[in-house]
Amino acid sequence: MNNLPKKECFSHDLPGTPMDSTVLAGRSEKIPVATIALCGCWGCTLSFLDMDEKLLALLEKITINRSSLTDIKRITKRCMIGFVEGGVANVDNIETLEHFRENCDILISVGACAVWGGVPAMRNDRELLDCLVEAYIDSPTAVPGAEEIIPSHEDIPQLTNKVYPCHEVVKMDYFIPGCPPDADAIFKVLDDLVNGRVVDLPASLNRYD
Amino acid sequence: MTIQISIDGKQITTTAGKTLVDVAAENGIYIPTLCYVKNKTCLGTCRVCSVKVSGNVMSACTVAVSDGMKVEVDEPEVSDMRKALVECLFTEGNHNCPSCEKSGRCELQAVGYEVGMVVSRFPYRFPVRERNHTSGKIWLERDRCILCLRCVEFIHDAESGKKIFSLSKRGAKARIEIDTELVESMSAGQVKVAANLCPVGCIIEKGHGFNEPIGQRKYEKKSIRERAVAKNNNE
Repeated sequence: MNNLPKKECFSHDLPGTPMDSTVLAGRSEKIPVATIALCGCWGCTLSFLDMDEKLLALLEKITINRSSLTDIKRITKRCMIGFVEGGVANVDNIETLEHFRENCDILISVGACAVWGGVPAMRNDRELLDCLVEAYIDSPTAVPGAEEIIPSHEDIPQLTNKVYPCHEVVKMDYFIPGCPPDADAIFKVLDDLVNGRVVDLPASLNRYD
Repeated sequence: MTIQISIDGKQITTTAGKTLVDVAAENGIYIPTLCYVKNKTCLGTCRVCSVKVSGNVMSACTVAVSDGMKVEVDEPEVSDMRKALVECLFTEGNHNCPSCEKSGRCELQAVGYEVGMVVSRFPYRFPVRERNHTSGKIWLERDRCILCLRCVEFIHDAESGKKIFSLSKRGAKARIEIDTELVESMSAGQVKVAANLCPVGCIIEKGHGFNEPIGQRKYEKKSIRERAVAKNNNE
């Protein structure tokens, strides 16, 4: 592995083809939304897509900026809503979440991982080193006789000792629990927000699993 | 003796000495409960049924109704207290609903939905709690225990009448213990009773799991609120 300092280059810094002007004009009136998947499994993003045809109604009012699906690394213009899936488990998660807080008016914690840590937080009752040893050295699938290495490189975000819920790192405004939340629960919260209603997740849509 | 009380301004005629939580349920008013089991001795351990009785906060499962009692259930301050208590329980242990077998028929989870909890206002503690899997019949997952003491008080050995579950240590170190000899003489039926009595997924019956598909689990078919206020709330 090459450990020499290198010049960083991000996709959002690269020259890109300008967006078609009519498409851009159509979007300018809409509410910009950004989404991100931190330490989770993308299940909540799939649940977002599970809104199916309801997404079309929503897309009349919103436009999606940086998202888990477009692979733009940074938010390009201030967004009204930030949809955050996954908890905080490494330094890159912290940086990204702070970037979202700075560039979004409203942040929503979506899913068990964002709300309280979820499945990744199951490592919170033991030492980080024990987890890494189990994964890379004592793993049942480790190659016998291979050099014992726990991967470490400047390109690999450093893991935090514990997994944190998003609201323990930055202020989060709304929460949609669930693993993943039902598409109906996600729709209810987003629909309330874009229509200026008080956000209310009824007991019938609230799920922790 | 017939008496008059008011709950949230609603005038109710009932019999003196009845438990407040039952009187409310009979009149269609839901008060969340976790440790309370109808027709059994009141435990009063969880306090989730806290309401205001003539201005004072009291647990509705320990209050016997008396004439002229003015009860407030749907009142902002005490509603938030109940919610805070449920949030406390979720942070105090490790309540990983996505990986829990009890999910969908867990009373703590169902009460969480009813009090409108989406996240806890308290820091999640992730305590280390030792499990006990030694018995051939029961898994004891202490991660989820809320120390309601239902199992301690209501589950006894059929022959000797001795307690099968007990509480050891105090405060943050308090935990449920299982009598490893007596548990082996529990009948399959009694194991099921114990597992169903546990309001969380701490007492889990071995050899069974994830039997009901998502969407058809106990509290998905009928919420804990509907069950509590139903006239015939056997199942």
